[in-house]
Amino acid sequence: MSRLLLTRLLEAVPVLLISAAAAFALGQVAGDPLAALGLDASAAQRAAAAARLGLDAPLPEQYLRFLWAALHGDFGFSIRLARPVGALLLERLPATVELAGAAFLVALAAGIPAGMLAALHPRGLAARAVMAVSLLGVSLPTFLTGTLLILLFAATLRWLPSFGRGEVVALGGWSTGLLTGSGRLALILPALTLGAFQAALLLRLVADGMRGALASGHVRFARARGLPPRLIRRHALRHALVPVLAAFGMQLGLLVAFSIVTEQVFQWPGIGLLLVQSIAAADVPVMTAYLVLTSVLFVALSLLADLLALAVDPRLRQGRGG
Amino acid sequence: MLLSVTGLSIAVAAGRAVDQVSFTLDRGEVLALVGESGAGKSLTGAALIGLLPEGARLAGGRLEFAGVALERLAEPGWRRLRGRRIGAVFQDPLAALDPLARIGDQLVETLRVHHAASRPRARRQAAEWLAQVGIPAARARAWPHELSGGMRQRVAIALALAPRPALLIADEPTTALDVSLRGQVAALLRRLATGQGTAVLLISHDIASVAAAADRVAVMYAGRIVETGATAALLRAPAHPYTAALLAARPGILHRPDRLPAIEGTMPPPGATVTGCAFAPRCGRADARCAAEAPDLPPHGAACWHHD
Repeated sequence: MSRLLLTRLLEAVPVLLISAAAAFALGQVAGDPLAALGLDASAAQRAAAAARLGLDAPLPEQYLRFLWAALHGDFGFSIRLARPVGALLLERLPATVELAGAAFLVALAAGIPAGMLAALHPRGLAARAVMAVSLLGVSLPTFLTGTLLILLFAATLRWLPSFGRGEVVALGGWSTGLLTGSGRLALILPALTLGAFQAALLLRLVADGMRGALASGHVRFARARGLPPRLIRRHALRHALVPVLAAFGMQLGLLVAFSIVTEQVFQWPGIGLLLVQSIAAADVPVMTAYLVLTSVLFVALSLLADLLALAVDPRLRQGRGG
Repeated sequence: MLLSVTGLSIAVAAGRAVDQVSFTLDRGEVLALVGESGAGKSLTGAALIGLLPEGARLAGGRLEFAGVALERLAEPGWRRLRGRRIGAVFQDPLAALDPLARIGDQLVETLRVHHAASRPRARRQAAEWLAQVGIPAARARAWPHELSGGMRQRVAIALALAPRPALLIADEPTTALDVSLRGQVAALLRRLATGQGTAVLLISHDIASVAAAADRVAVMYAGRIVETGATAALLRAPAHPYTAALLAARPGILHRPDRLPAIEGTMPPPGATVTGCAFAPRCGRADARCAAEAPDLPPHGAACWHHD
């Protein structure tokens, strides 16, 4: 088990190095910092500026310096906001984490029961309705879901705010909207928007897994032993959740990735919105740091998913099971 | 009489897969149902525990089990019988155990469902059952994938017998096992079942298992029973030409596998129109009467015109 964990950790290293290189390369192609000196700058002034910024060093050396700085949380200064990028991202991260977390809860709360229903009564009216809605869920783009929800709940019914995060409270370095009424209200629509797609996906995974489990030999044997439907459902659900867990890391990562659109629609002050604003202003250091941060997040989450899958399925703990 | 099956017929999409099958089973008795794949053995067993596969349905017959008319039971009624009164073990021991639960926990769960015993007591009983099937108590914490095929099937047998059902449907319980283990596992099944008064319907095409475990044998061909008799007598002197061919086709120590006598031709599938004896096209002794008229099964003996 620890050997598997070690392998996974070692696999993460090249993944992170490659994505850091890609993020670094972005800085190389997206504009020349020296151009800011203007056309009148002399060659000597340019050389001096290049030396001061470390731009005269060979590229590999620049990359290593970038890595070293990134390891210390130093991503330089935002061109647009003239503030350290690391601090900027940390400031925006809580908003995105709370949004992604809430969306994930929405997906779990809607996807698992609906998936079980669809698998247990495949011919029932409710199951058909659920599958149809889920098809809508996976095919509607996030910006459309968000806009429709705003139209209904914010513009027409006026129940919920259409943008922003409401009031937030600082808990140490973490700003949370979960402790204020307006913060919680503001979270509902964005979380639904972001969670809808995930819920639909989860539903389909759970339904498929349950159907497979219910048709399996061990469920037939469990029925033959007279185990009550309640226990049979629990058995089948456990089996259905194994592939869900395997997909879980990627799903949470996707939640962060998709949150760019959701944050844009709801003007949610998270790292996604920061990225969109930075792209518009060609704020390369922020874009680079965002890429590094999300790849670290992806790697960490898939590691967590692997650990959870190991905890649930004993066959995985033995390298190869018979 | 514990179980009395009269005129059982089962229909699948293509037609009748089980046709007018009748047999009885006494308390503690072991009846083997033998025949080649597709003869309708497994469907007969599935009907007796209310777990017919999708697409198969009862098309007639009376199934009387300890005063209960099984053919009229709906799912809630079956739930009260399954496990507790009628149990089952199936062919594939690899698939039968839940791979995500320790074998001891699966036994404890089953015991608690049926006897509402306290957890410590259920644990003790689970350890006893494992010992009964020859698995050390320390292995209660093993996962199914850590056990061999033979051990898994013995765990499955313990799981099926632990609620002390009056009837056990054992559908090819030894077929997936190594040839050298088959007779041994079948004998264990017989010893444990009859020891607690459980009657067994042993569905098998493995003659060694049948010889080791069964009191009586019923031979099925194309959805019908063609011969019944006491195990020793039937194996020694088969009355129906199909039984004789089946026994001749079994691999023995003296036979080389490449020189097995096979039965020429194939069994008619469900729904095929059969006039006369279904085995006639493959039978060396068939004559004009066999092709025209189907023989009935006498109470003891074979459904064959050439048998007296």
